[in-house]
Amino acid sequence: MAAPAMVTAASIAAAVRAGTTKAADLVEQHLATIAAREPEIHAFNLVLADEARAQAARIDALAAEGNDPGPLAGVTVALKDNMCTRGIPTTCSSKILAGWKPPYDATVVRTLQAAGAIVVGKTNLDEFAMGSSTENSAFGPTRNPHDISRVPGGSSGGSAAAVAAGFSHLSLGSDTGGSIRQPAALCGVVGVKPTYGYVSRYGLVAFASSLDQIGPFANSVEDAALVLDVIGGHDPHDSTSIPQPHPSLVGAIQQGVEGLRVGRISDLPAGADPDVQARLDLAFETLQAAGATIVDVEVPAFSFGLTAYYLIAPAEASSNLARYDGVRYGLRVEAADTDSMYGATRTAGFGDEVKRRIMLGTYALSAGYYDAYYGKALKVRRLIHDDFERAYQQADVLLTPTSPSVAFKFGAKGDNPFAMYLCDTYTIPTNLAGHPAMSVPFGTGTEGLPVGVQVLAGTLQEPTMFRVAAALERSMK
Amino acid sequence: MSEYDGLPGDWELVVGLEVHVELATATKLFSASPNRFGDEPNTNIDPVTLGLPGALPVLNEHAVELAMRVGLALNCTVQPSTFHRKNYFYPDMPKAYQVTQYDQPLNVDGHLDLPNGVRIGIERAHMEEDAGKSTHVGGTGGRVHGANHSLIDLNRAGVPLVEIVSRPDIRSADDARAYVSELRAILVVIGASDAKMEEGSMRVDANVSVRKPGTPLGTRCEIKNVNSVRSVGRAIEYEARRQIDLIESGDAVRQQTRHWDETDGRTHTLRTKEDADDYRYFLEPDLVPLAPSAEWIERVRAALPMLPAARRTRLSAATGQAADSEAVGSVVERGQDDYVLTVAAAGGDAARALVHVKEAFADQSATPQVPAADLAQLTTLELGGKLTATQAKAVLAEIVAHNGGDANVIAAAKGFEAMDTSSLEALVDDAIAADPDAWQKFCNGDGKAMGALVGLVMKSSKGKADGKLVTALLNQKKR
Repeated sequence: MAAPAMVTAASIAAAVRAGTTKAADLVEQHLATIAAREPEIHAFNLVLADEARAQAARIDALAAEGNDPGPLAGVTVALKDNMCTRGIPTTCSSKILAGWKPPYDATVVRTLQAAGAIVVGKTNLDEFAMGSSTENSAFGPTRNPHDISRVPGGSSGGSAAAVAAGFSHLSLGSDTGGSIRQPAALCGVVGVKPTYGYVSRYGLVAFASSLDQIGPFANSVEDAALVLDVIGGHDPHDSTSIPQPHPSLVGAIQQGVEGLRVGRISDLPAGADPDVQARLDLAFETLQAAGATIVDVEVPAFSFGLTAYYLIAPAEASSNLARYDGVRYGLRVEAADTDSMYGATRTAGFGDEVKRRIMLGTYALSAGYYDAYYGKALKVRRLIHDDFERAYQQADVLLTPTSPSVAFKFGAKGDNPFAMYLCDTYTIPTNLAGHPAMSVPFGTGTEGLPVGVQVLAGTLQEPTMFRVAAALERSMK
Repeated sequence: MSEYDGLPGDWELVVGLEVHVELATATKLFSASPNRFGDEPNTNIDPVTLGLPGALPVLNEHAVELAMRVGLALNCTVQPSTFHRKNYFYPDMPKAYQVTQYDQPLNVDGHLDLPNGVRIGIERAHMEEDAGKSTHVGGTGGRVHGANHSLIDLNRAGVPLVEIVSRPDIRSADDARAYVSELRAILVVIGASDAKMEEGSMRVDANVSVRKPGTPLGTRCEIKNVNSVRSVGRAIEYEARRQIDLIESGDAVRQQTRHWDETDGRTHTLRTKEDADDYRYFLEPDLVPLAPSAEWIERVRAALPMLPAARRTRLSAATGQAADSEAVGSVVERGQDDYVLTVAAAGGDAARALVHVKEAFADQSATPQVPAADLAQLTTLELGGKLTATQAKAVLAEIVAHNGGDANVIAAAKGFEAMDTSSLEALVDDAIAADPDAWQKFCNGDGKAMGALVGLVMKSSKGKADGKLVTALLNQKKR
């Protein structure tokens, strides 16, 4: 696809730092690509052309003055539109945030910009990150750059499509149950959900706070590693961010996989399409050939992940989304009294899927139902965590499909929310455990559509996870 | 002495108090905005206070320290704790949930001893954030019902609170009042809060029920909006009588939240148990558990100042006045007990110093400007009979007005020259000669007659005689 995407972010930054490539030129190339293909893809809710040009000028000036513009100098980035950007609309692809401009930047936005990255736009998503196809956006769906009759996955569909279409070198998404990994697989790019707490959530509009985690989309494992090296680390504004510094992932990927134990989950829930399963089998063979040992492990609670998730995530969402009441910001639908105004605003402002989850979550937390639903889901969550921990005593990483299928057609899941929920069967348990996992493109399946393989690892085992992902990537070249 | 009538018949009052206290931190519980009363509305705000999408709370370490001080001063155990979300819609609660401690509070199982010796159990003292302040315009009595619009000030939103929950151990309106006063004194002394009920930095809710002694607890009502120490007693007394009237007329008490109306001296229904909110508590995922280390807890405990009860005991021992006497109580409350002890250490008389400090230093700071030595000298003159109590008062007024002064010099300037024993003895002899009847009666043990003789001496000495000394001389001559 677009030329700038084919080189690594590190080499682009090196050229911009040296002054041999102008950030301004890179921005113009990307804006041209966006102008050409964005009308059919609709990856963005907002393209920030002026802001991107201004930032490029600053970076080129820094480089010209002999100052270092940073490790991502001139590298273009798209942000999922649930990350706060100061003075720039942040919508979560919901009508309820109409007109809201945050008075502050999310921590990841500040760290990216401080590293010289250039934000080119805010990307489309399933409303409040609730969905697996980006069809739930209040602003219309995003299309898969590989086949515009198909979904890009979701909820970070816009960010995945932006990188796949060459609209930006990199992008950020958020992953609550698979919202980075699944669209990465469907769009044929690398997508990483780091360990919970690896990246600050400050300024990420919350869906389910105990599960949400920001991570990158990239064209290569190395680029993804570079982004995490920049945005990872403790943030005093996020109490749940991990206090210890993280080792460099860019450094880790140079090592091979010799001697690593790669786990195959023998009791993994069935449901992956044959083309996807075939690529997974090949991935095991590839790693074995590269010197890894394949071991069979059991994660018995894995199959309960989906049901536990659809109690815990909606429960937290019902609380996180209660603030959208029309009082202080965003949409307000006037009514006779305050309670009616709340009701009218929320009725008009939220889409069906968001309403469904608010009701589900409110119910799960209600007096008389808490123990049977939310309380039990928390116990399952603990079981899943413990089962994974046991598995990681036998294996350094686990391999599963990322998505049960390649990208599906618009409307394919129809009016059946549960069919859509099944898209996240393989990604959800990781979020419940708080562990890292990433999707790496591993060839194609039906109709030449991309297939992703998911590499899972234990808490803060990103270096090992990246080594395995890099080995799979190398085998494809 | 009680200002309340008590309950009729053999009804027993059962009260538990929930006291919300704003902690005296520089900033809010979860953000860096100032925690300051009285500023321009909606100026002490930030993304966290406003509950803006994406904002996250970060726990204020100083608030934790102050909350631990409260717990330790109330003899609580400080334990590992967590924060929960209490979900409800209200315009002055920007996140639509309050972050509070639920099933694992920071402080548990303490007690507070009232000055009269009654021990009140403390169930818990937990941390939480305050809501903003709503002002309802256009209705009656500032209530939302009937108002045509409401103003929201979020300066108070996110201010750190400790909620101190007593066990239902309180059995009289007087003890409820004493509990609130004592708690207030403790909070001020330990620097946890300015505990001003009139500014809302200390707010009391009372759970009130009545029963016949020895029977199970009755149905309780929670009384809100009790805004002064005096109202605590009044509201409880009113509510208890209301409940007794209901029961005695064959009705039953319904579990309710009721509003105390200061103007009509009654409680009114706010809401019944049936329409209580379901708060859908769950663990706040944006915060990590709070488990202060043993070292931290001990450091806070060791740094606690002497508490009012211990101060009263100490002052009582030094002055001979009862620990629950008004003099001891009020001087300790003002924090002037150290000063009284300093006067005693400077050679003064502690008992006289207590009286003077209590009466003449009411508007002075905790450490009065008057040098302790000056007050010590005054009490010495008094005790030595060089000044009468009345004269001493006058001299002290002069000393206080000038933030110090030599009692001898002031006494002399006022013409309070010392009357020596020989000239006083002459006046006593004159008095005996002037009223032999009284003298005879006095010798026969008639106390009233002594008064007449002392009166004569006072008159002839133009008030300069020391009454105690005159009595001593009379008794001496009787033998």
